Amino acid sequence: MSWREKLRHVNWSLVLFINGLGLVSITALVSAADGNLEPWAGRQALRFMVSVVVMLTVAVVDIRFWMRGAYVLYAICLILLLLVDIHGTVGMGAQRWIDLCFIQIQPSEIMKVALTLSLARYFHGRSLDEVAKLTYLLFPLLLVLLPVGLVLKQPDLGTAMILLMVSSTLFFLAGARLWQFAVVLVTSITLVPVTWPFLHDYQRKRILTFLNPETDPLGAGYHIMQSKIALGSGGLFGKGFGKGTQSHLNFLPEKQTDFIFTMWAEEQGMVGGVALLFLYTIVIAFSYTLAFRSRNQFGRLLGLGLTTTFFLYVFINAAMVMGLIPVVGIPLPLISYGGTAMMTVMFGFGLLLSIDIHRDVPMSRHGPYSRDLFLKKTLS
Amino acid sequence: MHGDPDRTRVLSRRMMMLGLGQVGLLGALIARLYSLQVLESDRYRLLSDENRFSTRLLAPPRGRILDRFGVPLAINIPNFVIQVISERAENLDKTLETLTRLIPLTDQDCQRIRREIERRRSFVPVMVREHLSWEEMVRIQVNFPDLSGVVIEQGLTRFYPLYELGAHVLGYVAAVAEEDQTGDRLLELPGFRVGKAGTERLHDMALRGRGGTYTVEVNAVGRIVKAVDWHEGEAGSDVHLTLDVRLQQFAAERLGLESAAVVVMDILTGDVLTLVSTPSFDPNRFSRGLSATEWKDLLSHPQAPLTNKAVAGQYAPGSTFKMIVALAALEAGVVTPEVRIHCFGSLSLGNARFHCWKSGGHGTMDLVLGLQHSCDVYFYEVARRVGIDRIAKMARRFGLGARLGFDLPGEQNGLVPERTWKMQVLKEPWQLGETLVAGIGQGFTLATPLQLCTMVARIANGRAQVLPRLSRAPVTNGVRRPDQFEPLGVQPQNIAVVRQGMYAVSNVPGGTAYRARLNQPGLVMSGKTGTSQVRRVTPRERVSGVRKNQNLPWAQRDHALFVAYAPENDPRYAMVVIVEHGCSGSKAAAPVARDIMREVLKLDPARVSTAIVRSTNH
Repeated sequence: MSWREKLRHVNWSLVLFINGLGLVSITALVSAADGNLEPWAGRQALRFMVSVVVMLTVAVVDIRFWMRGAYVLYAICLILLLLVDIHGTVGMGAQRWIDLCFIQIQPSEIMKVALTLSLARYFHGRSLDEVAKLTYLLFPLLLVLLPVGLVLKQPDLGTAMILLMVSSTLFFLAGARLWQFAVVLVTSITLVPVTWPFLHDYQRKRILTFLNPETDPLGAGYHIMQSKIALGSGGLFGKGFGKGTQSHLNFLPEKQTDFIFTMWAEEQGMVGGVALLFLYTIVIAFSYTLAFRSRNQFGRLLGLGLTTTFFLYVFINAAMVMGLIPVVGIPLPLISYGGTAMMTVMFGFGLLLSIDIHRDVPMSRHGPYSRDLFLKKTLS
Repeated sequence: MHGDPDRTRVLSRRMMMLGLGQVGLLGALIARLYSLQVLESDRYRLLSDENRFSTRLLAPPRGRILDRFGVPLAINIPNFVIQVISERAENLDKTLETLTRLIPLTDQDCQRIRREIERRRSFVPVMVREHLSWEEMVRIQVNFPDLSGVVIEQGLTRFYPLYELGAHVLGYVAAVAEEDQTGDRLLELPGFRVGKAGTERLHDMALRGRGGTYTVEVNAVGRIVKAVDWHEGEAGSDVHLTLDVRLQQFAAERLGLESAAVVVMDILTGDVLTLVSTPSFDPNRFSRGLSATEWKDLLSHPQAPLTNKAVAGQYAPGSTFKMIVALAALEAGVVTPEVRIHCFGSLSLGNARFHCWKSGGHGTMDLVLGLQHSCDVYFYEVARRVGIDRIAKMARRFGLGARLGFDLPGEQNGLVPERTWKMQVLKEPWQLGETLVAGIGQGFTLATPLQLCTMVARIANGRAQVLPRLSRAPVTNGVRRPDQFEPLGVQPQNIAVVRQGMYAVSNVPGGTAYRARLNQPGLVMSGKTGTSQVRRVTPRERVSGVRKNQNLPWAQRDHALFVAYAPENDPRYAMVVIVEHGCSGSKAAAPVARDIMREVLKLDPARVSTAIVRSTNH
């Protein structure tokens, strides 16, 4: 298939709904800036357009290319994470960014995709019987725990949680037995008291604050209270575009990033909030369909993993601003202002589209291509 | 490729579970939104408004206090406050440095300013100094270009243009104490002042006015975004006093450094024209905030400058009480004006001897002579004949022994003893000797200068139970003043006899105040001297004789009293003068009374139509 043909096979409905989310994002950011394109909406629109191009580019690249590059990408991300650990710039109170002079990247974001790719590739080659054996799970477990450990050290609880949850989902979908989950769970719980005494005081303190952010009532607790006030005062139909008092008088923190859902639902009311959640549901439903339509295990696992990541973003962010779960710094995907997260999510959707376009490509059990298939493909 | 159908089956099943789980979680989000935005919406809307709107109070200007002719006694003057807003200052250090050159600022001030600037948000004004003088204001305004970030705010401060004069009548204002909080939100305003004494306290509600409000929309850090609503308050209303500030000034100057009190009253209306208590204090110091040492000094001063002696000081009325005894006896018919009693210098009763102040005795006295010479023996005998209970009844009719409902806080009751009172309070039967002592106004009997002035006013009036008043307000502190005074109920001829005696005191040679007579044609003052024993002594000691005052330390000397009314032919003014520890009424109090009365008669404030004067003042 030529790339033109592939573009014709892109699932344009999904792209349409994704664009719908982008439109919501720009609308909300205009409101956040009191009706101005500056400083957020304009740049977000530009980024969104670039991301759409990236998404479509990723979509037309053969899915087997990504399968082959999975471990390499994973390795690069791991190295970058290590680099961040060594001399990353400190942003938002934690080391997350790496400054490559021309661009600042957040390796933990890319790691979400890289890990999903690697796990999908690994489980693609494992039969149900193999997965049932604990020994075959040691390698993927290592794949998960290395980045989780590094991300935790930054410290970035939110990303670590998402990495863990997505990985568990993939283990689950790949057919891991429930007793295996139990074993891992019990092991990790028993490990806590063993490692605890070896930690420094500041490390322990950091972990405790992680687990219980409500101990700082004027910090996180205050923000959640204000977020709930904003949502509640919005009522059924909202206060109107640009008229959210809580957001515009700055009672709401970070209204353009983590708390953008609150602003949206304050101004558009429950009607707008539910509509947005519904739009997300449509996107997720499409993603499920696309993933399941794939004829190979890799495509399905990767698609479902990416979808779950997306879902987790949405759920954790929305549940956080509604006060259902403790405060975690997770943006609302495609809506929150910010480049890296958007790029990662759109990259993911690119992969999903690619899975769909290449759902029928032949794929051997033991690798992305058999050598001759690969040669035939690239030479033709 | 399609191989491993088991794997695919497991995947499909588990994917279904995953999808259902995710749909469930999304449903939970929608349920939460419903609960927040529909079920609890009202509560959160309220909270959001509380966040958003900040209602601030506007302090109303306090009403003025004016004298009977509209002369201001308490006013509000602009209080220029200089503030610094750090976010508007280009260079805060430079601004502060320039300020220090223009107005005196101590290092301590500078430190406080810096501390507050650091602590507050950058748009909150920080007070640099209050009470700037006009000169300092001009200096700052001339240099305004160099003072970026400096703003001048104008507030109001209470000012008493007469300073010490009339402080006891006016009282003072001061910061609101914790126990003053009544729920009126005005009282919670920083810098708000309430009346703490005198008229300022009694008429505080009227003077205070009602606070206005303005509602503003604020953002999370409290910066005002826009004004939403504005309600003008109600300025406090003025209080018109009955005082004549000229007389007040004259009386205070005449008393000089004495610890004394003077009250002058219109005997027809009860208008108090002068009410002076010395030494006084400067109420302006209170409105600015009194330092702890200043306050302690005022409290520990031996002459009690904070006490209004005219209404809160209680003294034995001494010989000024003899008019009451005489009236009680005349009304009871136990004596007639012609009854003669011989004074040998003392009177024996059982084993006790009751001395006259004149040890040689006055010889034969009738009632007028008894008053003129203030013969103690004569009034011992009259008191013995009439009995204590009838004396007490007459004293009450003349305003003694109970508060008069005067419009100043701190008024005292005084004390008029009688048999039942002694039995109830001291659990002892009344002794005849005590009646004798009461006959000359000593012993248990106590009266405030205001009560004595009222007593004289009623004698001079002769018909009505005049009540003193300080303001024209018909209702003071919730108590309505009677439209008409109660009748006095004393035979006019009996009043006439007593007044004849008082005339003789001041105008007939030999009268105890003859030397302090008002020596002016056409203006005749009648009066009565009095000496109030200070040392608290048992009745037995009290009857043992006249003590020599001059040999006692100041604080133990007798108080000098003089009560008077004038002019004799058509009385209009009643007066009391009490000089604490002044030894003798005729020497220390009567001359003061004469001088003040001369001024009263000269100005004659009661006969000047206040309405005309006041209308031109507005």
